[in-house]
Amino acid sequence: MTLRNDPPAIGVLALQGDFAEHAAMLRAAGARAAEGRLPSDLAAIDALIIPGGESTTITRLLDLYDLREPIRRLGAEGMPIWGTCAGAIILAREATDLDRPHLALMDIAARRNAFGRQVDSFELDLDVTALAGPPFHAIFIRAPRIERAGATVDVLASLPDGSVAAAREGRLLATTFHPELTSDTRFHELFMSMARAYRSAARAASK
Amino acid sequence: MVATNDHSTNGALATGTWTVKSGLAQMLKGGVIMDVVTPEQAKIAEEAGACAVMALERVPSDIRAHGGVARMSDPDMITGIIEAVSIPVMAKARIGHFVEAQILEALGVDYIDESEVLTPADEAHHVNKHPFRVPFVCGCRDLGEALRRIGEGAAMIRTKGEAGTGNVVEAVRHMRQLWDDIRRVQSLPEDELMAEAKNLQAPYELVKDVHALGKLPVVNFAAGGIATPADAALMMHLGAEGVFVGSGIFKSEDPEKMARAIVKATTHYRDPAILAEVSRGTGSAMKGLEIGAIPETEILARRGW
Repeated sequence: MTLRNDPPAIGVLALQGDFAEHAAMLRAAGARAAEGRLPSDLAAIDALIIPGGESTTITRLLDLYDLREPIRRLGAEGMPIWGTCAGAIILAREATDLDRPHLALMDIAARRNAFGRQVDSFELDLDVTALAGPPFHAIFIRAPRIERAGATVDVLASLPDGSVAAAREGRLLATTFHPELTSDTRFHELFMSMARAYRSAARAASK
Repeated sequence: MVATNDHSTNGALATGTWTVKSGLAQMLKGGVIMDVVTPEQAKIAEEAGACAVMALERVPSDIRAHGGVARMSDPDMITGIIEAVSIPVMAKARIGHFVEAQILEALGVDYIDESEVLTPADEAHHVNKHPFRVPFVCGCRDLGEALRRIGEGAAMIRTKGEAGTGNVVEAVRHMRQLWDDIRRVQSLPEDELMAEAKNLQAPYELVKDVHALGKLPVVNFAAGGIATPADAALMMHLGAEGVFVGSGIFKSEDPEKMARAIVKATTHYRDPAILAEVSRGTGSAMKGLEIGAIPETEILARRGW
């Protein structure tokens, strides 16, 4: 039996990238974290994180193990999905320079490697509207740039050049930087609250 | 104290920091980095799911066969590969050759491998990697060697193995040695860490980090002799966070299939059913070399200290 206020179960797509860091952050914030590599791993989760990594590698493996369609369907049904960096590219409706099918769930346009090569990777303190407290220390590694955000997308943080660094559309969350590389759990807590809201709604609907 | 990535930049935008240099290695984890010698091979590697490519003129088995001095690759060749793919591109500099490293940084490579596969330029000193904005990966055979390289600024480590042999035995030896050393350091009482730093000939602060973390303070891949999907999965089980495959892909019978199979095996290394399936029909792996048959002077792993 599952209790109403037991911690949400959050899957972390573990095909490639820094999934272990996301799982550790979720556990630190009090969630249950489960690595997902196969469609059967998606059965018992309340939300899913697509981590940082190489977007070409992750999309390739999404297809090879038939994960793309099940995840797309769960996202379309309202299950929360958060993409960081490569994950944000995979979530984006338009992913410039990614010439493979991806999830294309969120009404944003993301350009890969938009800030240059690795020597141009950077870190910066970022004001995030959805988070209480001090600015968030944001780490951008060969980061994409969100060049367009649709009318239903809330912009949570922007860079000095005006491009979007964090955005939310309903139960979809995208960050072009890596909260999982810090010890600041505020983004993970925000996502856990989205997972709880989804689970409550799903349980109410099934009654 | 273990460094965290949380320090504020006081509103300024900072590039070339330790956080972004070691952070790129975090993004490569669970992936396969493949040696490529042409833009066409780089595209095959990217299409197969490589998380990065290593651009070089000759794969290690050809360097071994060819003999002579092996140096940094031709800039035109590296640029050709950079332009061909969207994934990170690494390139090799000779041990201690900081000018080759400066040239690679100027070319815009994403990672420099200060590599024993090339002929060392300096037998006493490795490159001081701290002043560079581009991150470095370096080889090791044990914990002391890994921490000396991290002390010099390496943001990623790979166990050396024996490159160009298609024989995984040295990669296994080095990975097991590294983890034996890490477990010993972790088990020691804190007041014995200075003596352990002396034994390991490693920086004391980094020995303390290993004691606290129970792992290296940077990402660690396996390299040198990985030739099959099973080899890649074996190294993942032994504690690698990803693998470098050099000659093993483009010296095999069907490089595209072998590349795809090794990518799948690295992600699903804990699932023998998937490993069995991906190991089918990959064609024959590279022929490979018995380590005992290699003359002492040609053992690459002994280069560097």
